[in-house]
Amino acid sequence: MEHRLTTPLSENDVIKLIAGDVVYLNGIIITARDKAHDRLLQWSREGKKIPFDLEGATIYHCGPLMRKKTALAAGPTTSARMSKMTTELLKRFDIRAIIGKGGMNITEALRDKCVYLAYTGGCGSTAAKQIKRVVGNYWADLGMAESVWVLEVENFGPLIVATDAHNNDLFDKVQKKADQQMKKLK
Amino acid sequence: MSKITRKQVVNAVLQLLRQAETELPEDVLSALKSALETESNQIARTQLSQMMENAELAKKHGTPMCQDTGTPVFFVEVGYDAEIDFDLMSAIQDGVAKATKEIPLRHNAVHPITRESSENELMDVNLSLVKGDKVKITVAPKGSGSENMSALRMFNPSEIKHIKHFILETVKNAGGKSCPPIIVGVGIGGTFDGAAKLAKKALLRRLDKPKDEFELELLDSINSLGLGPMGLGGNTTAMAVNVEYGSCHTASLPVAVNMQCWAARRASITLED
Repeated sequence: MEHRLTTPLSENDVIKLIAGDVVYLNGIIITARDKAHDRLLQWSREGKKIPFDLEGATIYHCGPLMRKKTALAAGPTTSARMSKMTTELLKRFDIRAIIGKGGMNITEALRDKCVYLAYTGGCGSTAAKQIKRVVGNYWADLGMAESVWVLEVENFGPLIVATDAHNNDLFDKVQKKADQQMKKLK
Repeated sequence: MSKITRKQVVNAVLQLLRQAETELPEDVLSALKSALETESNQIARTQLSQMMENAELAKKHGTPMCQDTGTPVFFVEVGYDAEIDFDLMSAIQDGVAKATKEIPLRHNAVHPITRESSENELMDVNLSLVKGDKVKITVAPKGSGSENMSALRMFNPSEIKHIKHFILETVKNAGGKSCPPIIVGVGIGGTFDGAAKLAKKALLRRLDKPKDEFELELLDSINSLGLGPMGLGGNTTAMAVNVEYGSCHTASLPVAVNMQCWAARRASITLED
């Protein structure tokens, strides 16, 4: 099934999505990768105010290539690097969707509240085209790739619902099949 | 005798990086196209179509196809009779710096422990001396998503039959993280670092070059795993498996597997007087 959704996503928006569905997003997405996750958790633990809004937010695992305030290439980075930190992040903030590539293996942490959406890896140009405007840039001291970019997107996708909020994970399903095939090949 | 100038090298590096970062090689593009023709999995088809649209857009706008503009890996073949009276490494470094500014590329270099940004541009240069008086420069910008999924194992010489399993396991464990459909570069033999270099060199081979029996067997087995484009399922996990061999010590059997994402960027130029 295909969905066109607008951020911020509601719990209801997220619950409707089933692994294998296709989503196109409109609205605001927030980039964060290794260093931004680290700082988000640190600041949250210390009770510091986060300078951007994470209520119902969509996090995008991306370290874009920017020229001033224009995204030149902005495809997803490998999400698995953020898996551990995301489990804690989801406890501290009401994040409704995470966009990335390669999967995270955190179905339990996503359950009933959040989905993982896969954007095609390596597709920096299509993603950049779907970014309408840079709304803000935070924690610029972390550098171009690691800082937080708040982006307004239009028809951002196709995003594959890889992990839904009901304990279904496409990556896991594919891996299990591959494991069986490996045994046959032995 | 052919006199190569510093300016020639700096400009060549800039030009090569621009071409590699913005234009997917023809043979890779046609491998993606034929994957799309044979792929029946609907999700896999959306991924392959997106990749092809992305390649088209990057070429049209002259912008890098992927935000991870990678580590520029250079293979430089210097002819014995070429005349070079300048610091070749610093000329390449200057070319990379120029490319980073002008194309532009993402500055990716950090200190490994502090993770603070390094001033120098990231690059890996492999020099070799060859016959003739020309200088051939090849660049293959290497993204980290696939590089991180690579592996090396020092086998016992009695374990030859385990090599295939090791390669398959490396590909399987990488899942979608290496951005399939991948090219799998395998280096068998040499030394610890030599095997890794063989594997990296194997990635440079054009996809339309003929394959041997072992390479075809590996390709079939890998694609039978069903990981598919971006690990979301499908028939196309790898576009090619390229194996390079090197003599090794009688007590050793190093095997390296270097993964290359679908955005297999590369470009070459030959410099002469």
